[in-house]
Amino acid sequence: MTDSPLHLAVALDGAGWHPAAWRSEDARPGALFTPAYWADLVAEAERGLLDLVTFEDALGPQSAAPHRPDDRTDQVRGSLDAVLLASHLALRTTHIGLVPTVNVTHTEPFHVAVGIATLDHVSEGRAGLRPQIAARAADAAHFGRRTTPQLTDDDIRDPELIAARLRPLFAEATDVVEVARRLWDSWEDDAEIRDTATGRFLDRDKLHHIDFEGPYFSVRGPSITPRPPQGQPVVASLAHASTPYEFAARGCDVVFVTPRDRTGAKAILAQVDEAVDQVGRDVRDRPLRRFADLVVFLDDEPGAAARRKERLDALDGAEYTSDAAVFTGTPGELADLLLDWRTAGLDGFRLRPGALPHDLTALTRRLVPELQRRDAFRRTYGAGTLRARLGLPAPRNRYAQHG
Amino acid sequence: MTKQIHLAAQLPGIHNVTVWSDPRSRSQIAIGSFVHLARTAERGKFDFFFLAEGLRLREHKGSLYELDVAGRPDNLTMLSALSAATTRLGVAATVNATFNEPYEVARRLATLDHLSGGRTGWNVVTSFDAFTGENFRRGGFLAEADRYTRAAEFLATARELWDSWAEGDVLADAATGRFVRPGAGEFAHHGEHFDISGRFTTPRAPQGHPVIIQAGESDPGREFAASDAEVVFSKYNRLDEARAFYRDVKGRLARYGRSPADLRIMPTATVVVADTDEEATAYADEITRAQVSPQTAIAHLEAVWGRDLSAYDPDGPLPDIDPEPESLVLKGHSVFRTGRAETARRWRALAEERGLSIRELMIEVHGGQTFVGSPHTVADAIDHFVQSDGADGFVFATHLTPGGLDDFVDRVVPLLQEKGVHRPDYTGTTLRHHLGLAPRPRAERTSGNAREAS
Repeated sequence: MTDSPLHLAVALDGAGWHPAAWRSEDARPGALFTPAYWADLVAEAERGLLDLVTFEDALGPQSAAPHRPDDRTDQVRGSLDAVLLASHLALRTTHIGLVPTVNVTHTEPFHVAVGIATLDHVSEGRAGLRPQIAARAADAAHFGRRTTPQLTDDDIRDPELIAARLRPLFAEATDVVEVARRLWDSWEDDAEIRDTATGRFLDRDKLHHIDFEGPYFSVRGPSITPRPPQGQPVVASLAHASTPYEFAARGCDVVFVTPRDRTGAKAILAQVDEAVDQVGRDVRDRPLRRFADLVVFLDDEPGAAARRKERLDALDGAEYTSDAAVFTGTPGELADLLLDWRTAGLDGFRLRPGALPHDLTALTRRLVPELQRRDAFRRTYGAGTLRARLGLPAPRNRYAQHG
Repeated sequence: MTKQIHLAAQLPGIHNVTVWSDPRSRSQIAIGSFVHLARTAERGKFDFFFLAEGLRLREHKGSLYELDVAGRPDNLTMLSALSAATTRLGVAATVNATFNEPYEVARRLATLDHLSGGRTGWNVVTSFDAFTGENFRRGGFLAEADRYTRAAEFLATARELWDSWAEGDVLADAATGRFVRPGAGEFAHHGEHFDISGRFTTPRAPQGHPVIIQAGESDPGREFAASDAEVVFSKYNRLDEARAFYRDVKGRLARYGRSPADLRIMPTATVVVADTDEEATAYADEITRAQVSPQTAIAHLEAVWGRDLSAYDPDGPLPDIDPEPESLVLKGHSVFRTGRAETARRWRALAEERGLSIRELMIEVHGGQTFVGSPHTVADAIDHFVQSDGADGFVFATHLTPGGLDDFVDRVVPLLQEKGVHRPDYTGTTLRHHLGLAPRPRAERTSGNAREAS
């Protein structure tokens, strides 16, 4: 094993990240809204000893355009709430981390915090939160209580332009994460005393109003949910530009970034480091794990994955590209790439299977053994929470008195 | 005709129902407690498992209330986990229509219905409570007069969202390349409380609409129940009161073109079972005394009196001072909100007549346990209550978490099954089926017209 363990996450989305993936031979498009479909996928990910799975989500249907709805009927449309999905899967798994995407623009911060605390209780310490802003103005009309910036076709060519337009939403999201963290701390670990002598179930001195006041909302607290098993569930965000790097630097434990190659990874990590410095975060105290996102198409036979992707491209009528780099190749080639990129300073990777279950199974049954052969990946799950697996220290409760 | 009894179980969240001081009492938040109770209910072929809601911790005299169990999960997140630990049991939750938006609530309920395979129920409530509102963006904006109009429009809007996908809108036809039907999920609702449009994300769920539950004794509450609810929770678990409520609510249904069979009335109840009636009675007294500790007795009195009464002896007489009608001592609690002066007068009269101490009075008005006795006594009493139209069934809140339902399920349920008034096994997979409710047909897509909010 090299110095620190390589972390592997897998990002689950519908039938896979390729928009025509649902038309693959082994796809189960008619089962996308059944629990069995998701249970099978997460069981497979757990078989591969992966650190965590993320679940994509949004408060509007999927669209080929990132910034507005479309009328396409030839791609997967429709989704389930990711927090409930993750929670349902908690009792069907035992080790793997469960990280749902949660929209923090239109969802109440209190509900976000309590939902994730609950997920942490039901999974006994395996919950994460992937906060996401609502980048589509159309989603705001589903709620009818505010408007959000409409991105133009020009904006979306450049992540920096997107981030600049959406900057107030990132500022608000920063407050949502701060509120969630305060609410998770609002019960000290030993607030429940069950003291029969005084008849008190709680010690009110170990419960805390959080009294958050910000420009976007205020929350009084405390949480209705006792402190979650991890203390602080793992917060992970996807970032492509300076503003979201800063968002990650302020409030997240893990950042997913999207380099195109090893050199790009180095450059991005330098930007992340800069953001960390800028916000004055001490990463020895509060580490920020850095994962690179990759879309992967995997087959054993050289060239087969690329041909498979081409077939899917033809079905969709366009070449599939992504915000993340798209890898096609063999498990051995992917192992080479991961170990190479990792030297840029990455802690791990979040792999996005191009087609499900094909590319997930290739990850768990071909890539993982390949990495194990090279002593680059764990052979069993240890005990412990998701935080512990990611090497994140046990959090201190900001409200607790330390003697 | 012999009625079938509908049974539900509730893990009590707050209030002094839970005797946490009992050595058998386990965690109120650990998943194991929820799984134990839900699986027990499923073993007893219950209709559903229910979780109430409270979005702020209660406060008493300006500080967090310490005496009772507190700390609860997010309802739907917990029920989603429990739907993986059970296969037939319904999963129902209170979800507030004040501090949520229709789009997200409709989506979460539709999700739970997909994940549970059609076992979801929704107790629709609203809050006017500025105290709870301090945890939310909207704050305590809602005037009390708007409670039911918002609830009705919220529910109507959620129904439009559920109906925005037709069954079969997901084609998933790999050969033709059609995944969805055009227009799936389109909606527009322009009403007094909600003005929203766009596309709903979640395909039609197994039940179409979750089972709609309502709780509330007020006149507008009863009308809302008669027009929109499929299950009504009530607090009337004494037969005379319960029959009056039952007659009244069932009598209102015809006005909405519904029949009495379209609505199940289920009071909250407790049950204490032991080998003999005498043992059960003794145990019930013990439970009630544990539920109303000396500290709890004073706290309840303070909530009604609106002032600090900590100097009074719980084993002594009621205070001779009058209640402070304007001051609200206990916050975040639905009880004691109104009619406190009247309550105080009634309590004083009762205490004088019977010579009761503060604690004895609180034990008296707390109501004790609903069904107490040997398994046969309890089974007969429950059956009699239902057959004489006091209820269609009960929601049992147990005093012990999580084992409080074990005796009932192991010892009373078999007797109800022998009587032929409770199913020996589930005959269907959906909550709607368990409750004997007709499927709710999908309304045609509305084109921008809000249903009249009643």
